[in-house]
Amino acid sequence: MTMKQPFEQAVARHGATVLRVCRAVLGPGPDADDAWSETFLAALREWPGLPEDTNVQAWLVRVAHRKAIDVTRSRARLAIPTEAVPDRASTIGVPGGTDPDIWSAVAALPERQRLAVAYHYLGGLAHTQTAELIGGTPAAVRRAAADGLRSLRRNPHLIGLAEEGHHR
Amino acid sequence: MTTNPMPPTADAADLLARTTPDDDVLARLHRRLEDAAQDQGLVEVAYTEVDTPVGRLLLAATEVGLVRVAYEREGFEEVLTKLATGIGPRVLRAPARLEPAARQIEEYFAGHRTSFDVALDRRLSHGFRGLVQRHLPDISYGHTQSYREVAIHVGNPGAVRAVGSACATNPLPVVVPCHRVLRADGSLGGYVGGPDAKATLLELERAA
Repeated sequence: MTMKQPFEQAVARHGATVLRVCRAVLGPGPDADDAWSETFLAALREWPGLPEDTNVQAWLVRVAHRKAIDVTRSRARLAIPTEAVPDRASTIGVPGGTDPDIWSAVAALPERQRLAVAYHYLGGLAHTQTAELIGGTPAAVRRAAADGLRSLRRNPHLIGLAEEGHHR
Repeated sequence: MTTNPMPPTADAADLLARTTPDDDVLARLHRRLEDAAQDQGLVEVAYTEVDTPVGRLLLAATEVGLVRVAYEREGFEEVLTKLATGIGPRVLRAPARLEPAARQIEEYFAGHRTSFDVALDRRLSHGFRGLVQRHLPDISYGHTQSYREVAIHVGNPGAVRAVGSACATNPLPVVVPCHRVLRADGSLGGYVGGPDAKATLLELERAA
């Protein structure tokens, strides 16, 4: 059986999750917004053919992963060529973001930790599923996600993550 | 498929709370999705909700026209699921397509409009019920007919009960005026929006 649920349900239930993932991967700015839009447009196109028992959140997070790569590539094409590609993926501190501190802290993580945190903790994917997206073994992904979360907790801008609860 | 194999730790829950996007950001992205999806012809059913003196109404339209008006007591989620099953699952909250219908409904309830001028998609009206539902707009604003009179009009004088069920299953209440059909003794009879809604509509039309 294919999908019979109204697509709006997917947007309402998973819109926030997909935006968290896009922001963690691309930084909380226009690129993340573009990836979010492209994700839901592609999902809307594919929706009627989707098997009814699909885990919609996991499926959307995988689509978001593909779209984030597309956005990164098109940004690279538009950018002025330089000798060395800078190893950063995020614009940070964009006005209007939920919590600039958290996003700058996420952006400051080493790439694999950042992606593991994005897909596992923010996107809800299992470590095996995350490993399929970002490479490496599930065990390595598990370590990267845990290390990433630990660094976030220790980040001086984020005093209060876990220790003091939702203090903002 | 599984998600987290372990229960999320306090850290992870807090990370989710701290990264929750603002509602206005999601609303802006949703509007952008509506526009792009509409441009690309990807919206099989667009819908919105409007507040009226008879409660909240769900309005849904295909590319052809207004296809469904529903009262809250029908259960909006259930109505949308039926539309997804019957028409197509690309159902999106997209008020732009409903703007003319929403405006006319507002004018109607303000007493400034006596008939509706929006394209209708009649695909949910079948058979004899469809025949009855197509006749209903012939009953003009402020007037009523009995179930029997309607049965005679559609050429089947014996089908009084079937006229009743045609009115009860009208997919486009308010816009297609099934509320203007009463019992022969002048009592209200049933209504998809409940008896109070029917009385309110008739009172509105009498007063205008």
